Amino acid sequence: MPAASAPMDVAEDGQWTMPAKDHASLRYSGLDEIDTTNVATLRVAWRFKTGLNSGHEAAPLVVGNTLYVVTPFPNELYAFDLNNPPAVKWRYSPPVLPAAVGVACCDSVNRGATYADGRIFFNTLDAQTVAVDAESGTELWRVRLGDIDRGETMTMAPLVVKSKVLVGNSGGELGSRGWLTALDAATGEIAWRAYSTGPDADVLIGSEFMPFYEQDRGVDLGVHTWPPDAWQLGGGAVWGWLSYDPELDLVYYGTSNPSPWNADVRPGDNKWTAGIFARDPDTGSARWFFQWSPHDLFDYDGVNENLLLDVQVDGHTRQALLHPNRNGFIYLLDRRTGEMLSAKPFGHITTSTGVDVATGRVRHVEAKMPTFGKVVRDICPASSGAKDWQPSSFSPRTGLVYVPHQNLCMDWEVIEANFISGTPYLGVNDTTYAGPGGHRGELTAWEPAAGAVVWKIEERFPVWSGTLATAGDVVFYGTMDRRFKAVDARTGELLWEHETSSGIVGQPTTFRGPDGKQYVAVLAGVGGWAGAIVSQNLSPDDPTAGGGFVGAMQDLPQYTGPGGELYVFALP
Amino acid sequence: MCSRCRDRALIGVLATLLLATAGCDRERRAFRAQTWVPATAPQVSVLRAGPGGWPAASPAEPVATPPSRSNDQPFQTNRWAVGEGKRLYSWFNCAGCHSPAGGGGMGPPLIDADWRYGSAPHEVFASIVEGRPNGMPSFRDRMPAADTWKLVAYVRTLGALTPKDVWSARADEMAEIQRESPRSGSAGAEHPRDTER
Repeated sequence: MPAASAPMDVAEDGQWTMPAKDHASLRYSGLDEIDTTNVATLRVAWRFKTGLNSGHEAAPLVVGNTLYVVTPFPNELYAFDLNNPPAVKWRYSPPVLPAAVGVACCDSVNRGATYADGRIFFNTLDAQTVAVDAESGTELWRVRLGDIDRGETMTMAPLVVKSKVLVGNSGGELGSRGWLTALDAATGEIAWRAYSTGPDADVLIGSEFMPFYEQDRGVDLGVHTWPPDAWQLGGGAVWGWLSYDPELDLVYYGTSNPSPWNADVRPGDNKWTAGIFARDPDTGSARWFFQWSPHDLFDYDGVNENLLLDVQVDGHTRQALLHPNRNGFIYLLDRRTGEMLSAKPFGHITTSTGVDVATGRVRHVEAKMPTFGKVVRDICPASSGAKDWQPSSFSPRTGLVYVPHQNLCMDWEVIEANFISGTPYLGVNDTTYAGPGGHRGELTAWEPAAGAVVWKIEERFPVWSGTLATAGDVVFYGTMDRRFKAVDARTGELLWEHETSSGIVGQPTTFRGPDGKQYVAVLAGVGGWAGAIVSQNLSPDDPTAGGGFVGAMQDLPQYTGPGGELYVFALP
Repeated sequence: MCSRCRDRALIGVLATLLLATAGCDRERRAFRAQTWVPATAPQVSVLRAGPGGWPAASPAEPVATPPSRSNDQPFQTNRWAVGEGKRLYSWFNCAGCHSPAGGGGMGPPLIDADWRYGSAPHEVFASIVEGRPNGMPSFRDRMPAADTWKLVAYVRTLGALTPKDVWSARADEMAEIQRESPRSGSAGAEHPRDTER
């Protein structure tokens, strides 16, 4: 009997209506037609090229007999007829400002759309949220929520909770002030907005706020844990994943790094960046907060996925939340209160010796703490973390979390940081390279209760795709060097792989087609921060290019070119 | 001193003076040239750097090309200016988008041979001042023209478009930044503006 389980049983309907499959963000399908005995015969059923070269990070959605895909900039929404694939029922093209490409930190990606109540919702690179009729493709409403002149873009996939569409911005590399906004699903009107920095009134911190730890209690900490007015350029962007517990009626999401990367100019804990909020979805009011990385030193954003799991801890079932962080630790928090239950390393770490149990604070290694005029080397994890945005999955059958991630270290030099709106606000030079062992990617099967690795697969490049777990005991993931793979969920044994036309940084999903068969869909098309050397034609001669990531990826062009293509697989 | 020795000494002095004068141009400092781009220059920018303001609309006329006399394109072979340009490249956050060593990131690489909007000094100048449609911000009114020309000179060394003796000295920052030796084989060729794109 696994020590970790899904918080509630949801009947499998063969669809995939939101990127994480469900509000608990488990990315698990109950479909079992494809299993360990037959996955070796999986073959391409149909394909479709998007004609775009940026990184394709979205999750293909399936609602009824239609498959939906959002492309990277210019963010086209395709609806495919599953009765006659790859026929395109309709394509919706939003108007998107081309200049937004110049303020997108990490390739012009989009992590996907979401579906609710007959509407498809997604964000555009130039910070608009769009609602489209799922049947006809007609635009229902479109609102501009951010300003590209202030470095604000949007790349995240929305989450719909109780007739509100929750969306967040990107821009933590440009001094943008982060926020989570709730829009009325029917009209697009703003219901509430919770900033990640600033006074309590802006952050929607009120009488309901009960953070577990002492350091998070006080008035206007989003102001006072910064130098005067620095919170206005403070980052804390909400560009990652949202989860929701309908029983506790709480939304969970993380905030990005504080701005700028140069930590010397922003002494203080820099609340409420690099942490996780629990909020009431109706009002946005904050219930609790936990900071993964107070006064973040290394661009360790806190926006990675939060899997809602019930976990056996010390003989009791805890309503928990599992979060693999950039800083190298997989956290288990009590999702009612924000209490940290455990924080265990899942990668090589030189920046800290652990997380203090009493305070939840990271214990920094003095020698790795950057400061002005010094180049600090062998910083592990690198700024992209032991793991970046690419989401994990969970199987209630094995009780394991399948974590796609990387093994990278970096050199980091703090220099002067100058703020010019619409340009990067960094104050750091850095370069990244492979961590110990030389392999740059890993797929880790993790047992949440013990906080331990069960098996690991090493890959040449960062595993920048999401993972998918199924009731057939198969885990799917893709590699940047053009392999879509199926492994045994219990042992990690490779059962099947398929060579795709470009590397994979998308999220695999699975569904039941109109013919009753199980299909697996994934977008190929390398890019994103890790793949920008290919998708954006960066120079391999410069290891500091692409925010330092090129240093670790100089050989990627030898393994893949760019080019988006949707792949759908099935059994013969 | 014997007359022949004096002749040799004179030749030695003259040679030294000649060499010194030849290097003078490359090392000349200009401390007074701080002018702003004239307000009448047409605007093509879409993204405006700096506080406030929505993007300016596209102009009716094309960008004016200044005459190619060296007076109007100062610093292009001046080593001091290139060094100043290197400092400004970090100062104005060019490094943040184009990378500290010019390899690119949010913005395209500057050390390869691909110059979408042209590599000539006046074209690079226009890119910085006017901005460009796919996200290069406009630095009009945010950067004096003299600083812009120094940046132009530096950016062109990234593309190996100026004589090597003009390139700035080794970086004071982390050693991975080797701006002074682009290795991409196709760099070093002037590239006219690609009007087809």
